Amino acid sequence: MKPENPTLRYAPRSEPFFTRGGWIALAGFAFITLILLPSLYVFVPDGHPLHVSAYTVTLVGKIMCYAIVAMAMNLIWGYTGILSLGHGVFFALGGYAFGMYLMRQIGADGQYRANMPDFMVFLDWKEFPWQWWNSDQFWWCALLVVLVPGLLAFVFGYFAFRSRVKGVYFSIITQALTYAAMLLFFRNATGFGGNNGFTDFKRILGIPITTPGARMALFAITAAVLIGTLLLGRFIVTSKFGRVLAAIRDAEQRVMFCGYNTVHYKLFVWTLSAVLCGVAGALYVPQVGIINPSEMSPANSIEIAIWVAVGGRGTLIGAIVGAGIVNGAKSFLTQAFPEVWLYFLGLLFILVTLFLPQGVVGVLGQIRDKLRVRKLARTQPAKAL
Amino acid sequence: MLIAALVVALACTNAAGALDAQTVGKLGADDANTKNEAVNALVASGDEAALALLQSVQAGEASVTPAGRVVIVKGDQVFDAATMAPITPPPDQFESIVINNRLRGTLDAAVGALKLLSPDRATRLASARAIESTSQAAVLPLIEKALSKEGDPAIKSSLEQTKASLNLKSTDPAVRLAAVQKLGETNQARFKTVLQGFFEKDSAGKFVEPDEKVRSAAENSIDTIQSRLVISDYLGRLFTGLSLGSILLLVALGLAITYGLLGVINMAHGEMLMIGAYATYITQQLFKSYAPGLFDWYLVAAIPVAFVASGLVGMALERSVIRWLYGRPLETLLATWGISLFLIQLVRQLFGAQNVEVSNPTWMSGGIALPNLVLPYNRIVIIGFSMFVLLLMWVILNRTRLGLFVRAVTQNRAMASCVGVPTVRIDLLAFGLGSGIAGLAGVALSQIGNVGPDMGQGYIIDSFMVVVTGGVGQLAGTVYAALGLGVLSKFLEPHIGAVLTKILVLVLIIAFIQKRPQGLFALKGRAVET
Repeated sequence: MKPENPTLRYAPRSEPFFTRGGWIALAGFAFITLILLPSLYVFVPDGHPLHVSAYTVTLVGKIMCYAIVAMAMNLIWGYTGILSLGHGVFFALGGYAFGMYLMRQIGADGQYRANMPDFMVFLDWKEFPWQWWNSDQFWWCALLVVLVPGLLAFVFGYFAFRSRVKGVYFSIITQALTYAAMLLFFRNATGFGGNNGFTDFKRILGIPITTPGARMALFAITAAVLIGTLLLGRFIVTSKFGRVLAAIRDAEQRVMFCGYNTVHYKLFVWTLSAVLCGVAGALYVPQVGIINPSEMSPANSIEIAIWVAVGGRGTLIGAIVGAGIVNGAKSFLTQAFPEVWLYFLGLLFILVTLFLPQGVVGVLGQIRDKLRVRKLARTQPAKAL
Repeated sequence: MLIAALVVALACTNAAGALDAQTVGKLGADDANTKNEAVNALVASGDEAALALLQSVQAGEASVTPAGRVVIVKGDQVFDAATMAPITPPPDQFESIVINNRLRGTLDAAVGALKLLSPDRATRLASARAIESTSQAAVLPLIEKALSKEGDPAIKSSLEQTKASLNLKSTDPAVRLAAVQKLGETNQARFKTVLQGFFEKDSAGKFVEPDEKVRSAAENSIDTIQSRLVISDYLGRLFTGLSLGSILLLVALGLAITYGLLGVINMAHGEMLMIGAYATYITQQLFKSYAPGLFDWYLVAAIPVAFVASGLVGMALERSVIRWLYGRPLETLLATWGISLFLIQLVRQLFGAQNVEVSNPTWMSGGIALPNLVLPYNRIVIIGFSMFVLLLMWVILNRTRLGLFVRAVTQNRAMASCVGVPTVRIDLLAFGLGSGIAGLAGVALSQIGNVGPDMGQGYIIDSFMVVVTGGVGQLAGTVYAALGLGVLSKFLEPHIGAVLTKILVLVLIIAFIQKRPQGLFALKGRAVET
């Protein structure tokens, strides 16, 4: 039943991103997201044709957070061949960790005017549960954003990879993980607001969160993190470590026979991927203004996979492109034709896996390769063969 | 007063027909207490005429004339309450008797208790059950009387329990002692609570029950009740566990085939359940409109309908999508997830986003009543049904040519293909079979849960866990894993709650596959790395 490993067939032949044009594109992207968009939003007055609305800023900021998640997913799936259907849990854990800090920043401005989050007053709790220890400290919560998803991923990955759980087994178990976490967070007793999660944030580091300045700063930070993730991804993928990851994806047995302990490689990239998701979640929460357990629903996590698949697995910018396309379509369709959205998403899953295994970026690459060959055939017929 | 009432009662029994006019007259009193006394006295009489009268009073037909005569008004006619003889000419003035809540309670108990003397066994039994939880000591003499005549053991034991529980409030310690001991023979949880009340202390620090002997008897009784309760509690958990397990089994059997054979997770498996459940719904609607007389048997007809519907959809999916993705299990997973989203939305548009109503046939409602435990028929039927499906699967896999081929392809696809097994056709048929079985599971689920567009979503994880734990390629693994997980969950649930149970079971499964990555029942031989 096993022919040659099929992933080999559509491994990308070239990384368009590493060309000079790619670097220019990255610089352009950095300019737009770090300087142009924020300043259009803040300094151009409302009503001016060049003004960017708060809605657009939030939407693009949100999609950039998703793009970070997609990058993280790409590292583990596109480059290492491990499909996680539970990345939503890491994203949400990062969001919750930072959300705790934002909840504490509300102070006594909540509905009940108590120096505690509203849901705790509502549940008649007198003091903070242990999970909330030190949560009024920014540095502590920022640490948790990295530590909690990282630790969970490390422990889970250690046991899973050690016993060589792989393929669909691993996928389903990660799905079960996020499902279990969702159930846990739905409980009020877990101490994270149950159903409603965290919302109604007022300020961050003492700055009111809805001011254009705060929005702009969050947006720019997200853009910077996204660019950083991209560069980190490039560093990993081009290093020897990245070569081993790709080898694991294509023929894990052979890598093991060559003397590599694949558990270490997989565990590292898995944990890194989870941490990146956590950071994305932490950036997502203050911009979108809410975090609740539905972020951990299995459907959300599996959607991450389709972002990557649409953009192109195993290509660095594919994940970003995919996250942009799918989420752009989502925010358009769910508003304009809500009943069509699930058909669209369903068909996207089916058609992309059937007809676009390399994703949009892969197809563009193919076209470009073809053009180059044709050009070569015209100018230097001997070389083109 | 009770003894007096008893004497009156015994005296009155023979004088059936007319009731004591003086007692009946008290019903017309203004004072609620007097009315209560009258009702109690009438109950004690145990007269059939008293039953009719009290029922009339209950129905609000009793009135009183300004002269103080109690009459029953039925339409235009007016009857004398004591003799039930029509009064001609009817009195022109009367006023209906006011029934307050307390009187209503007394009346309900009284009417219920009077039925204890009915010649019909079913009426007596129903009445005995109805007054089991009464607190009206006034019915006590009537119970005594009924007991002396009663021959049916079930009614007798019910009455004895009621009598004992009423006697707990007796002023005589000996009567209380006997009552407490009697209650120890029962196995009802509520008596345990009542008896525990004996050990409470009042504000002065004294026990509510002053007698030392009664208290120690109560302690014994509590212990015996408790031990019986524990047994029925465990039986109940075992039953619900088996019930959950049989559902898991039904859902997982189909998945085990497709996963075992093709190595792909069909994420749309849950939607095959959903299609089966909606097929049941459509069959039900057709029976409702075209054969209402046979409505009770629609479920039997739904079984093949659901099997075929889900099987066909499954085969169509295999042909159109999954076939092209063999050897790429992760892509199959994503594509089938897409299919599941598509099907959910399709059903949502065809049938609406709301749950549709699928009703139980009458022969499936109700249940076997054990002490402190009811085993619902629908659960029992489903356990039986899953065994039937299991048998069917076993026959197909082990006794037919198709089954032989399926097993061959599961074990070694390349070799099976070499010796002439048409693997492409087998894939199609096996996928259809797995989906059809999921449709059967949908029929079962429609009887115990909601039928809605996303009903299937919750099952994919659970059923895959069963397959992972059981190992693929053998039915036995799936059976043990499904029943084991079902019973384990239900035994954990009372202690740590449903959510933590789910999480703990998940952790246990992950720990388990550390030890046995191939599941409980792995195929013998070299496992081919995929």
